[in-house]
Amino acid sequence: MARSVSSRRKLINTGLAWAIGLLIFFPILWTILTSFKTEAEAIASPPIFLAFDWTTENYGVVMERSDYGRFLMNSIIIAGGSTILGLIIAVPAAWSMAFVPSHRTKDILLWMLSTKMLPAVGVLYPIYLLFIQLGLLDSRAGLVVVMMLINLPIIVWMLYTYFREIPVEILEAARMDGATLKEEVLYILTPMAVPGIASTMLLNFILAWNEAFWTLNLTAVNAAPLTAFIASYSSPEGLFFAKLSAASTMAIAPILILGWFSQKQLVRGLTFGAVK
Amino acid sequence: MGQITLKQVTKSFGDVQVIPPLDLTIEDGEFTVFVGPSGCGKSTLLRLIAGLEDITSGHIEIDGKDATDVVPAKRGLAMVFQSYALYPHMSVRKNIAFPLKMAKMDPAEIEKRIANAASVLNLTDYLDRRPGQLSGGQRQRVAIGRAIVREPAAFLFDEPLSNLDAALRVGMRLEISELHERLKTTMIYVTHDQVEAMTMADKIVVLRAGHIEQVGSPLELYHRPRNEFVAGFIGSPKMNIFGGAEAQKYGGVKAGIRPEHIDVSMTEGTWKGKVGVAEHLGSNTFIHVHDTGLDDMVTVRITGDISVRHGDTIYLTPQLDQMHKFDAQGLRIA
Repeated sequence: MARSVSSRRKLINTGLAWAIGLLIFFPILWTILTSFKTEAEAIASPPIFLAFDWTTENYGVVMERSDYGRFLMNSIIIAGGSTILGLIIAVPAAWSMAFVPSHRTKDILLWMLSTKMLPAVGVLYPIYLLFIQLGLLDSRAGLVVVMMLINLPIIVWMLYTYFREIPVEILEAARMDGATLKEEVLYILTPMAVPGIASTMLLNFILAWNEAFWTLNLTAVNAAPLTAFIASYSSPEGLFFAKLSAASTMAIAPILILGWFSQKQLVRGLTFGAVK
Repeated sequence: MGQITLKQVTKSFGDVQVIPPLDLTIEDGEFTVFVGPSGCGKSTLLRLIAGLEDITSGHIEIDGKDATDVVPAKRGLAMVFQSYALYPHMSVRKNIAFPLKMAKMDPAEIEKRIANAASVLNLTDYLDRRPGQLSGGQRQRVAIGRAIVREPAAFLFDEPLSNLDAALRVGMRLEISELHERLKTTMIYVTHDQVEAMTMADKIVVLRAGHIEQVGSPLELYHRPRNEFVAGFIGSPKMNIFGGAEAQKYGGVKAGIRPEHIDVSMTEGTWKGKVGVAEHLGSNTFIHVHDTGLDDMVTVRITGDISVRHGDTIYLTPQLDQMHKFDAQGLRIA
């Protein structure tokens, strides 16, 4: 009796989980499906789900019209560069907040988070003017710095949370064993925090990859990443849904693939690292 | 060499002074135990010596050289932590090798020392395992191994056995004592367990609220406690301490007598009382005697030839030459 109830509940739970999963994934699925339709089918009413003439024509047009490779390269450089630069700054910052806190540490953490409470547009003018002054408009270097600054509070918070999990006695043991501060961070703290650092990196990479406000406002041609690539297909007439969808699919494909693989890595890392 | 001298050392956390000015010398090769109730500052004192905490004022000298501002890594001391503090991502071999690698030692020499430490500590079969795959006792041996390979000036132990079960604790206690006999290196050992202190120490430092209450050999502390606190803290079960008119009879504001220094009779004696709970340890039996007219119940050790039952009337006679007397400040009278 108890067995049948529990298996029925399991079935309901599984069904519910799938339903929610599909609901969340549906916009992406629809985008991908639309990218294989003709422009007419893309705006057909009622919408066609699967029974349309599958075509890769949109991809051909998009590839022909725009330099996908350059946009992709810019996205990789901006997302990757800002992630690495962010880590270089955040690891020491999170270390000091986690292991040598002062009575102001909590305030600093909150203050950093508070910068995320302001709408980005609120600082568009100052940043834009600074970029003009420094000659950073439409440059990858400028975007890397801005992306890093935007996400730095989140990186520091995440690393801080992971570092707090590491018993301070282990770091003290390293100090007693003759490790310098650099060696302590390099050989003990970082390897122990690898799952945390990896998930922080992944999250930051995705955030930077998908960020559109700054990338659209501060770039034109040279440093334009995939977000600009998508935007260039959202024409005012709005009649090119299929091509827009093809561009979107091409823009999110790399991050979807990366997310899919690193997700498995992360779960592995998290379970392996659980040795105390 | 490993002589450690503390001169007028103090430590404050914010406005709270946890260590008032303190002077202490630990001689080279000595096994010194810091003992005291929780919160007495014994671990803080050890961390000050290690350099893991900065002292607020005063000086610390190691082998006659001022080490006050020297970072932990450069003090030449090794520490064993209560939680073992092994590096979970490294094998046992790498854990033990870590201090040597930090010292940029020659790889061949590192291998030799690891092999040596592993054989001393029975870890040879476990060198390629991770700490997570070891038992508590093995982990503690790895922590000790990591400490001994460096050949430090002194070992610092911070309650190393309190995470182990009772049987293992006794075994490790012996191993650490053996290790001290073999290495003859200075060891400072922090514990709240006065049995560990008594059995292992050459010299015991009894601390209370950051103050040194007494420094001496285990038997000195047992036979001539300097004050009421040390008298009550050292010895198991505790010394029976009482005040009032009964204490005045023996010439003190307070007086104390250990359970093992009271003669027991069923017919006559100085104090008459009722038998309460009996604790049988096999070799000894301790009984609690109530209603004796003293401040508290009295604990008495009895030997096998007297059998008592709960509620029996019993007579107790203290051995006068073993009576401890204290003045109004709690200090020992002669």
